Amino acid sequence: MIKFPFGNRGKGVILDNTHISIMTERKGRSDAQGSVINDFSIQVATVNGSGSQSANSVLMRSIFQMGVPVTGKNLFPSNIAGLPTWFTIRANKNGYIARKAEIDFAVTVNPQTAREDALSVVKGGALLAEASLGLKGLRSDITYYEAPFLSLAAQVSAEVRLRKLLSNMIYVGAMAELLGIEPAEVEKAIRTQFASKLKAAEINIKAAQMGFDYARANLPKRDPFRIERMDKTRGMIIVDGNTAAALGAIFGGCTVAAWYPITPSTSLVEQMIAYMKQYRMDPKTGKPTFAIVQAEDELAAVGMVIGAGWAGARAMTSTSGPGISLMSEFVGLSYFAEVPAVIWDVQRIGPSTGLPTRTSQGDILSAYVLSHGDTKHIMLIPATVEECFRFAQEAFNLAERFQTTVFCMSDLDLGMNNWMSNAFQYPDDIPIERGKVLSEEDLERLGGFSRYLDVDGDGIPYRTLPGTRHPAAGYFARGSGHDEHAEYSERPEDYVSLMDRLARKIDGARSFVPAPVIDNGAGAKIGIIAYGTTHHAIGECRDQLLAENDLATDYLRIRGLPFNLEIGSFLAQHDRVYVVEQNRDGQMRSLLSLDFPKQATKLRSVLHYNGIPVDARYVTNAILMQEKETD
Amino acid sequence: MSTVQEPQKPKANTNRVGLLMQDYKGKESTLCAGCGHDAITSQIIRSFFLYGVEPHRVIKLSGIGCSSKTPAYFLDRAHGFNAVHGRMPAVGTGAVLANRTLIAIGVSGDGDTASIGTGQFVHMLRRNIPMIYIMENNGVYGLTKGQFSATADPGSTLKSGVVNDLPPIDCCALAIELGCGYVARSFAGDPKQLVALLEGALAHCGTAFLDVISPCVTFNNHEGSTKSYKYAKETEELLHEVSFIPFYEPITVDYDEGVTKVIELHDGSHITLRKLERDFDPRNKLQSLHVILESTERREFLTGLLYVDPKKPDFTELLNLPEEPLARLAPEEVRPSRAALQEIMESLH
Repeated sequence: MIKFPFGNRGKGVILDNTHISIMTERKGRSDAQGSVINDFSIQVATVNGSGSQSANSVLMRSIFQMGVPVTGKNLFPSNIAGLPTWFTIRANKNGYIARKAEIDFAVTVNPQTAREDALSVVKGGALLAEASLGLKGLRSDITYYEAPFLSLAAQVSAEVRLRKLLSNMIYVGAMAELLGIEPAEVEKAIRTQFASKLKAAEINIKAAQMGFDYARANLPKRDPFRIERMDKTRGMIIVDGNTAAALGAIFGGCTVAAWYPITPSTSLVEQMIAYMKQYRMDPKTGKPTFAIVQAEDELAAVGMVIGAGWAGARAMTSTSGPGISLMSEFVGLSYFAEVPAVIWDVQRIGPSTGLPTRTSQGDILSAYVLSHGDTKHIMLIPATVEECFRFAQEAFNLAERFQTTVFCMSDLDLGMNNWMSNAFQYPDDIPIERGKVLSEEDLERLGGFSRYLDVDGDGIPYRTLPGTRHPAAGYFARGSGHDEHAEYSERPEDYVSLMDRLARKIDGARSFVPAPVIDNGAGAKIGIIAYGTTHHAIGECRDQLLAENDLATDYLRIRGLPFNLEIGSFLAQHDRVYVVEQNRDGQMRSLLSLDFPKQATKLRSVLHYNGIPVDARYVTNAILMQEKETD
Repeated sequence: MSTVQEPQKPKANTNRVGLLMQDYKGKESTLCAGCGHDAITSQIIRSFFLYGVEPHRVIKLSGIGCSSKTPAYFLDRAHGFNAVHGRMPAVGTGAVLANRTLIAIGVSGDGDTASIGTGQFVHMLRRNIPMIYIMENNGVYGLTKGQFSATADPGSTLKSGVVNDLPPIDCCALAIELGCGYVARSFAGDPKQLVALLEGALAHCGTAFLDVISPCVTFNNHEGSTKSYKYAKETEELLHEVSFIPFYEPITVDYDEGVTKVIELHDGSHITLRKLERDFDPRNKLQSLHVILESTERREFLTGLLYVDPKKPDFTELLNLPEEPLARLAPEEVRPSRAALQEIMESLH
């Protein structure tokens, strides 16, 4: 049986722990004529591996080109082909880009899920279905359209396999006509999508035109949803977080990357390889200024990163939860021997294999203290693709400054989905900084050095790189106990002094990790804390709380660990602080409680952990319910 | 090709880079007196001195175990990294990618290589990482007081009388199978052969694997052990007599081809193999494997250069890396231009 992962199936849904049912009626506002303009969601139900991803991207991009803020999320199974997959698009004139729980307009071409797809549409919504699915008459409370996509595709191409792919572009054409998207924008989006394949572009344009014409002749407009041209996306780009992180690594001067394929991080290094081949070839020698190795497993991947970082490369790997577990021992080595490393964790649902294609913020706690013994790691948490680009660069600077592992905690939603964003600015404000590295000349001047001696009082010692031509350059890095001169030591005082210095060093990173983004404007009693992609539901949630319940809130978004001390001030300033996160156990809340114990009783959790990106309404309801209990 | 390099006016007892043997020494060993590992350490010091390696270019790598402690006992001027158990190959791989001008030597044990580290060992060989990889092979775990390792021979016994009944992993045969271009087996008690093989390894490009029987005097040197000094001495079968002629010295002797094979190595040095009992050409992979399996069947301890392929490109060549170490590229060489970012942004509009 196919498990239906989201949508409301026409009934109220009981939220975990909150006992609040979500109403299924449309929340969007209609204008006087009953039209709903630039504020609705579309869900397309197709079969995994059928080529629908390209078609759905074109539909999303067409809306983007109409100047309307839009997001797209691919909800897909861990499967190569054959299982159901859904793509949700949200157009929103106000720029709300979190997933919308309600489905306003559904498209279905998948017999496996057609009935449930039809039932998932909200009352007053619309459905466009493949005619042969026989859904006519199932719902009287929505607008129903049908079209024979597959047989229309036969008119575009005689080739059976191609026909299946093209049938996707036919529903795109039909949707464009129904929603009022200009055909020229669809054509432009197709040409962008198939930029390197002119022939594919031409035949897809033909297919879209076929859908457009069919809808115009056979599907008179009866639903309220319309896309109207706006000017809110000019100069913006559409990109996924993994590509943005890859670009950041490339502009951040990454020279060695080692990786092992794992969903949802795979495309990060694959994009690096693609862009590096174009933009990181030395013009003088024609040779690459990078080395990328597909390792035999995650243990080897991070081992290579640590070897390369020790030898002076800017080295990184990219993985997800299971890989993080495997990297645990080596990350402890990086912490203890003080070797720079950057690890991207594109989080998916755990524990164990979990739900490999579903999003989560479930690695925060374990990654922060990864490995046995006392450890603590610097962590950057991007919420947007722009931050993926910037943090990828800052991570290298921090790793080299603090000579330790820096985690970049992305997630599947951010990494694999397409997001609109301002175009990335050239990183003039993020110069490549290599940290405390002593050269041959420095050693000549100093006469020698002690690798683990805290010379500057910031806990950060000086290092030399292998290959430095000086008799005093060499030192012995090790994961076993050592003294300030890098000699083996089991002396209790050496161990304590080393561990205390490491604690001091990492503590010093509080003011170097990206500062929290704080909106204190409301001067409210209630604060909200979120991080990563959860952020996208919060703006909309706060608007809902204010508009619908007259409840003002302040907001702080965490962007890095160890915590900036402003976070403590924010906690102190509020009576109650809701920590919203996408895991079961309130991992960030636990870390906040540990770091700010005096404020711990103020913290409350809003948790969303079913693998589907959190939506604003969920958070709003969960906060309201807990507020009600407070009264 | 042999090339002759005019040495600078040498001081007494100095090598071609003007250093003394003592410049290649390390800290004092903390291993048991008489440990085979210390004998190997001495030959590492000697071979690096003789070859005239610049110590600052060397990186010493190891995993965990008695053998893995030894990099602290040689080449004090080099950088060292004692990593995690069985996973030194990955660290070495990363380091040579970051800086391909480094000379990497990894010291491992039979537990570190043949059990916990088999995965990394295999993939290091497959990639042909430029690294000398020595497996100091004593058949037991010393630091945890004498459990069998995966190279222990069937029928050999622990001091407690426990008999090993599992087959050993023959890491030399495995290395040849996986395309390693320099595979040798030697004995800690045969310094002359070991020094020649180590010098040959220095001259090789790509992974050079040396399986060196190194008796554990504390846990595996008793009657019934097949990794004891006595057993090794009694059963050692020399495949040939190995000598090394560095690239900076001319070949002065005319060799009789029927008796001595002269093999030119990557850097122009030569290794000479003087025939003893059998006709053997280490450039023939099938013959190498045949000889190894045959000697195992006869329960002989066969030592010498088992296989060599001096022409195989190493991993840095496969990746087409530039001469300049990646680790030392300037910021402007690793950050693409403003125009590049603009072009990428336009493609994402």
